[in-house]
Amino acid sequence: MKIITGSDLRTGDVIWWTGEGWSRHVNDAVEAGEHTEAIIARENAKQIVTDTQVIEATVTDDGVRPAHIKDRIRALGPTVRLDLSLKPADPAAGNWVI
Amino acid sequence: MYQYDSYDQSMVDARVAEFRGQVERRLAGDLTEDQFKPLRLKNGLYLQLHAYMLRVAVPYGTLNSRQMRMLGDIADKYDRGYGHFTTRQNIQYNWIKLEDAPDILADLASVEMHAIQTSGNCIRNTTSDQFAGAAADELVDPRPYAELLRQWSTFHPEFDYLPRKFKIAIIGSETDRAAMKLHDIGIQLVKNDAGEIGCRFYVGGGMGRTPMIAPVIGDFVSPLQMVSYAEACLRVYNRYGRRDNKYKARIKILVHEIGADEYRRQVEEEFAHILTLGLEPPAAELERIKGFFEQPGFDANASDELDLSDPDFALWVDQNVHAHKQPGYAIVNISLKPVGGIPGDATADQIRLMADLALAHSFDELRVTHAQNIVLPHVKKADLYGLWQKLDEAGLAAANLDLIGDIIACPGLDYCALANARSIPVAQKISNRFADLGRQRELGELKLKISGCINACGHHHAGHIGILGVDRKGVENYQLLLGGCEGADTSLGTITGPGFNEDGIVDAVEKATDVYLAQRAEGERFVDTYRRIGMAPFKEAIYAKEPANG
Amino acid sequence: MVEQNLRYRSDEPVSDPAVTVDAFADQNNATAVRIEPGDDARALLPHLDRIALVEVNFPAYTDGRGYSAARILREHGYAGELRAVGDVLLDQLSHMRRCGFDSFAPNQAISSEAADKAFATWPDVYQKTVDGRPAIWAKRHPA
Ligand code: HEM
Ligand code: SF4
Repeated sequence: MKIITGSDLRTGDVIWWTGEGWSRHVNDAVEAGEHTEAIIARENAKQIVTDTQVIEATVTDDGVRPAHIKDRIRALGPTVRLDLSLKPADPAAGNWVI
Repeated sequence: MYQYDSYDQSMVDARVAEFRGQVERRLAGDLTEDQFKPLRLKNGLYLQLHAYMLRVAVPYGTLNSRQMRMLGDIADKYDRGYGHFTTRQNIQYNWIKLEDAPDILADLASVEMHAIQTSGNCIRNTTSDQFAGAAADELVDPRPYAELLRQWSTFHPEFDYLPRKFKIAIIGSETDRAAMKLHDIGIQLVKNDAGEIGCRFYVGGGMGRTPMIAPVIGDFVSPLQMVSYAEACLRVYNRYGRRDNKYKARIKILVHEIGADEYRRQVEEEFAHILTLGLEPPAAELERIKGFFEQPGFDANASDELDLSDPDFALWVDQNVHAHKQPGYAIVNISLKPVGGIPGDATADQIRLMADLALAHSFDELRVTHAQNIVLPHVKKADLYGLWQKLDEAGLAAANLDLIGDIIACPGLDYCALANARSIPVAQKISNRFADLGRQRELGELKLKISGCINACGHHHAGHIGILGVDRKGVENYQLLLGGCEGADTSLGTITGPGFNEDGIVDAVEKATDVYLAQRAEGERFVDTYRRIGMAPFKEAIYAKEPANG
Repeated sequence: MVEQNLRYRSDEPVSDPAVTVDAFADQNNATAVRIEPGDDARALLPHLDRIALVEVNFPAYTDGRGYSAARILREHGYAGELRAVGDVLLDQLSHMRRCGFDSFAPNQAISSEAADKAFATWPDVYQKTVDGRPAIWAKRHPA
C-alpha cells in the first residue's frame, strides 16, 4: 500500500498520515488512496508538515512496515541509540528495521 | 586564540537576527519549504531522518573552554544530551527543533560561535591542523591565515551560489594532519631558502564519488596576496565550474577537465587583475590577528620527567600523547572512540568536562580533529597523570589514537537522509572485535574509515582500510577498500571486490589484518605492506572459501 | 520586457530593449545588453563606454555566475545601470548590491521597504568589493 510520511515543520519529528491527521507512530499510517497530491498540498499549506512523501509499505502481523529500510529507521529512530527511539524498552527493536 | 572585536560580533549577531526573521517567515507561511531550505542550509540546519540537524562551525577546529561548555549546554538544553564531532572539525546536533534554532544561534553568538556557511554551495568552514601552534614539526602557525580566510569567506557576496560546496584546509607543518590535498583548496605554508613564508596552493582535490588528489596550482604565493589568490581561484571556478550536473560540479572536475595548466593560466590571469583592485587585507591586519595566537605563557622550568609506573597510564601516554614544541609540555589527544562506542559522539557532561580540563590544564584551549577526536594542545607533563585519571573516570581515556579502534565513521543510515547503509553499527562491531588494546597496538597505525554512502563524509577513500556502505536491492551491503592514505603520501583506496553484509565486512577486515601481520616487514604500517605486496594476497585471503569444518 | 521594479540610480532609465551578447557585437548602435549565465562578461569590456544598461539574467537564483559577471563589469569601470533580472529573491538582494547591481527586476515583486531592510542586513562587510563600502579590515586600520 501507499502511505504518506513527512516531518513536523516545527519539531522535525517523523510523522505519518492517519487519514485525519498526523501521528508519530507508523502503525497509525493508513492507505493514502488516490488523492495523495491533494492531501500533501493541503497539509503543506497549513505549515504543520514538511518534506512530505508517498512511500510503499505493507501490513504485517507487527503492523505497518515501510518497504525501504530508510523509512523503517525513520519509523523507529536511530538503531544505535534505541534509548532515543520510539521503543526504548525493547533491546531487540533494531532487528525490525532489517 | 582569536577574539571577536565589535565588528566580528555584530556580524554574527546580524546573522542571528536575519535567520530569526527567516524562520518566522517560514512558520507564518510567507516562505515555502523550497524557498526556505537554502536559507536554513546556509545556517547549517538540515532536515535529517529523525529531526532537524544543526551543524555548528568550529573555525579551524579551535575552541576555548567557554565555547566548549556552551556546546555541552546546547546539547542538554536543545538536543538530547549529546553531540557528534565530525571529520570537518565541526559538531552536529541530531535532534533540533526548527523553532529553537534561532535561540541556539543566539546562544552560540554569545560565545563567538555560529553555524554560518556550514552547508550550501558556498565556502565552508576552513579546517586546519589540530596541533597548530603546538606541534614540534611546525614551520608556520596556520591559524592566523585560517582566521584571515574565515573573515574573507564569511558572507562573501560573489561566492554564495557556487556550482557546489567549497572546502578549504590550511596547514603549516611538514606533516599533513588535515588531509589538505583532499580539499577544494589545500594551502600549505612553506618557507623558501631565504626563510620567507609562502602559500602553496593545491586546488581541485576532494572525495565524494570521484576522489581526486589536488595538484599544485600556485607554488609560492605571498601570504600578503593569499586572499587575492584565493579570490582568483574561486572566481574562475564560479564562472566555469560545471552547473549541468551536480555530480560533476565540484572544482576537482573543472581542474581535471581543463587540466591543471589551463586552470593555473586562468587563475594567474584573474589574479593579475585582482591585484590591481586592492582587495587584500593589509599586513597590519595579519599582524593584528597574529597577536591573538602568541604562545601561551609556558613555564620555562616545566619538567620533562614523567612517572610512568602506572601501566595503563603509560600505555595512554605512549599512544595518545604527542610531542610539543615546548619542553615540559605535551599535546593530549582525547579519543572519542571507546570500545564499542559511537565514533565522535560525546555527552554533554563529557563535553563540559573537557572544557574544564582545558581551562585548568591547557591554557583554555581545545581542538577538534578531523579524526573526530579532541585535543588539549598545551598540557604540562606534570599534569598528565591527574588529567588522565579524570578522563578515565569519564570514559574518555581510550588509548587507541591512530589504531584500528580509532575509527572514523559518518552518521550513516542511522541519521543521514542520503545514506545507503548504516556506518555506526559496523564501526561498533569492528571496535568490539578488536577490543583488546594489545592486539590493536600489535597492528600499529591503522586508519579505518567508514562512509554510509558514496559522498564519503567518513573519508573511506583515504582509509588504510576503507568501508563504503551501498544499497544492494534494498539491503545494506559494504564494500571494502584497501590502501588509501592521507597526508604527505596521500593515496586513494582500491575496492577489493564484491561487498559483504554487516558481519561479513567485520570478518573481511580481520582477514586483511591477518595478511598484514603475516607479511609485514620490519617497521611497515598496514598501508606500507599493502603498497609493497599489492592487492592479490589480501584478496585471496578475504575471498577464500572457508573449509567445511572451519 | 520585464517590468522595472527596484532602481537605485538617479539617471533616466534606458528604454532600449536589451540585446544578447552575440547580437550586441554586431549592432554598434545598441546601448542595452543582456547577459545570460554562460556569457563571458569580459566580451563587453571593449564597449563599456557605449553601454547604458546591462541586464544580468538569473534563470535560477542558485546559478551564481551573474555575481561574477557584475563584479567584472564594475571592476573595469562600467558605470551604467546594472540590473539583476529573473529569479531574484529578497534574500539575495544584499549580496547582489555588493557585487555592483543597482537595479532589480525580480520575477516576483519585492517591496522597496523589504528591499531596504535586506540591504541593511549587514552592519559591516568583511570584503572590499565594488559597492564602495569599506571592508572591516580597512576600518580596523584606517590609512
Ligand atoms: C548527516 C548529514 C550530511 C549530509 C547530508 C552530507 C552530505 C554530503 C555530500 C552530498 C557530500 C558529497 C559532496 C560532493 O561530492 O560534491 C559530502 C561530502 C563530505 N562530507 Fe558530508 N554530509 C553529512 C554529514 C557529514 C558529516 C557528519 C561529516 C563529518 C563526519 C561530513 C563531512 C564530509 C566530508 C569530509 C566530505 C568529503 C569531502 C568532500 O568531497 O567534500 N559530512 N557530504
Ligand atoms: S557519507 Fe553518505 S551516509 Fe555518510 S554522512 Fe555523508 S551523506 Fe550521509
